Amino acid sequence: MYPIEQVEALNPEVTRMVVRAPEIAKKIKPGQFIMLRIDEVGERIPLTMNDCDPEAGTITIIFQAVGATTMRLAQMKAGDALLDFAGPLGNPTELEGAKRACVIGGGLGTAIAFPQAKWLYEHGCEVDVITGFRNVDLVLLEDEIDAHSTRQIIMTDDGSNGNKGLVTQALQQRIDEGADYDLVLAVGPVIMMKFVAATTKPYGIKTLVSMNPLMIDGTGMCGGCRVKVGDEYLHACVDGPDFDGHLVDFDDAMRRGVMYRTFESAAREGRDCNEGEGA
Amino acid sequence: MARMSYEANKQKTRVPMPELDPVERAKTFDEVALGYSEEEAVLEARRCIQCPNTPCVSGCPVGVPIPRFIEQVAQGNFARAYAIVKSANALPAICGRVCPQESQCEGVCTRGKNGEPVAIGRLERFTSDWAFTHPDEAKRAMDELREECAAGDEVACSIWRSAEGAVSKDLAGKRVAVIGSGPASLTCAGELAKRGCDITVFEALHKVGGVLTYGIPEFRLPKDLVQREVSKLGDSGVSFETNALVGKLYDIDELMEERGFDAVFVGTGAGLPAYLGIEGEGLNGTMVASELLTRVNLMKAYRFPEYETPVYAGKKCVVVGGGNVAMDAARTARRLGAEVTVVYRRGREEMPARAEEIHHAEQEGIEFQLLTNPVRALGDDKGWISGLECVRMELGEPDASGRRRPQEVPGSEFVIDIDMLVMAVGSKTNPLIAKTTPGLEVTSRNLIVADERTCATSKPGVFAGGDTVIGAATVILAMGAGKRAAAGIGEYLTQG
Repeated sequence: MYPIEQVEALNPEVTRMVVRAPEIAKKIKPGQFIMLRIDEVGERIPLTMNDCDPEAGTITIIFQAVGATTMRLAQMKAGDALLDFAGPLGNPTELEGAKRACVIGGGLGTAIAFPQAKWLYEHGCEVDVITGFRNVDLVLLEDEIDAHSTRQIIMTDDGSNGNKGLVTQALQQRIDEGADYDLVLAVGPVIMMKFVAATTKPYGIKTLVSMNPLMIDGTGMCGGCRVKVGDEYLHACVDGPDFDGHLVDFDDAMRRGVMYRTFESAAREGRDCNEGEGA
Repeated sequence: MARMSYEANKQKTRVPMPELDPVERAKTFDEVALGYSEEEAVLEARRCIQCPNTPCVSGCPVGVPIPRFIEQVAQGNFARAYAIVKSANALPAICGRVCPQESQCEGVCTRGKNGEPVAIGRLERFTSDWAFTHPDEAKRAMDELREECAAGDEVACSIWRSAEGAVSKDLAGKRVAVIGSGPASLTCAGELAKRGCDITVFEALHKVGGVLTYGIPEFRLPKDLVQREVSKLGDSGVSFETNALVGKLYDIDELMEERGFDAVFVGTGAGLPAYLGIEGEGLNGTMVASELLTRVNLMKAYRFPEYETPVYAGKKCVVVGGGNVAMDAARTARRLGAEVTVVYRRGREEMPARAEEIHHAEQEGIEFQLLTNPVRALGDDKGWISGLECVRMELGEPDASGRRRPQEVPGSEFVIDIDMLVMAVGSKTNPLIAKTTPGLEVTSRNLIVADERTCATSKPGVFAGGDTVIGAATVILAMGAGKRAAAGIGEYLTQG
């Protein structure tokens, strides 16, 4: 069992949770993820590490209550425990050597991109962090990012923080201002990552995206998480989760992402279902 | 061999084993084969003629002293029979169910030359199932056998330290890390534990058993039974660390240097999925067999939403492949409510699946399109699979493996309308251990190179066996390797 040490609601949808897992905390690196299972009937879900403390032996995860499992997870309290917590999984993000980077987080992706921004900043890289949210009430980790970046630009869909627009607009503006990035890292909804990659492509800026497909085991054994990269399918859990954004087939990823949508809504409502969209 | 103390059963055919009705069972995940009653087991055991050259024993990769245990069953001494089986085989309830006995012990049975061979697998299964319902008597019989051996009884010793490769020296105080918890690893762990070795098994998933847990379906091998058989290893000094992916959480050097293990056994299997490589195989509604089987077996998706993992099942499904995994996937899809067709590029004779599994699949209403190969998956405008274009094949000259090479029949393309496609065309070895273990020699296919007899790798103290060495094969071959590795590790740990 893996004890939950802290639970904190960051906003009505997003929860930060600190879990005790000393062995994983010693090893996990920015970009890597864990698979967790709440209890015996639970499913395995992947969550990317937001922070870790090897001294304290803890891993911090941040998640959005969107499905049956994350909604149940959000109800858990400090002192409860998770049945299974496996990691570190996936490859660390390749950050070595970057001098001027832009880290882009869309919604919850901000929490996932934070450790990379922090690592880069602590290793002498100039780091711009651009984040995007629906409105000002949903903004995540503003203070943490302020403390670990050269520049923070927060965009909102509705302009409620006075900065209306998409993350790609902010990115384009920074490129136009001569930011001269040698690395762009985008984490967020697939559609956002797609447009970030499209923005950087004409400039040939190395762009990594952190893919978030469906996963079952997370160890490379079932192919559930395959992502089309160039001409081949790769497995996000062992070959990724980061891939070259200029090679990923985002449309394929978006299509595959909905395969279990009817089940997900059924699980949220707790009723039986076996009506895939293709059935 | 001692003279028989009972009347032999001269029937040429074996005592049939009761099974669930095919129509009914295709709707449930309950175990298909129900097992022998005590009377049926005794009657079948009396078909064994106790022939002196015991070809069956040499046909068994873990060397179970078959005539000895069958003789005990024939006399109704089920506890003793169990003790004899169990001393040679750490997982008899599993082997009795999933071994391809027709190509092993039963394939060489003397009675099979003129009639059906003795149903060794069913009898092995019977003894271990009996032991589960009579735990005290079973334990007493095991203790008696051990004590008789300790007291110097030769027969007892030959059983207790039975068979090829058994570890003969005391390994108390030695610590061995076993990576992976599939059949090779469990056998290796069980053998070493018998000699007093302190074993820790590291498993990446949340449940132990490897393919026994996530791969082979409930209706062939109940998961409660796997966990029960595995937990017995825990009684004998084997501890398990689940959620521990070696290569990520620890690497082998750390296990040996920092955690102080004296030796390591790598039994990580061949679990990486292989694809067809055809257009459209990424469409929604398509998956590799291991995804389907993992969702259903490990995660119990067939009980969604009571269990939270879902599984997609279409109405018309094609499973591509001709091995046991293809049969398991087809029968699983059938139980989820799909009409299922198995598409295989060679003929029935060439199918690697067990005859019994093919037979069971047919009984359950699964169609076969043999000498057929998929060329392209077709999708609808929402990106879901809607059809599979196939081509007819004919068999040409034998290839390097001795099997006749299938060739396309020009112009024979046709389309099967489907909404679900399962690919069961083999699996590859996960490169993680190879990549993270300096000094470990591997082949170009990431198979670990290991000595056939001792299972020693190029790295001192590191041993390997099962699918991770030979590629995807059978449970019992993995167990045989686990047993040899235990002997190899025993030798290594007692040198000097």
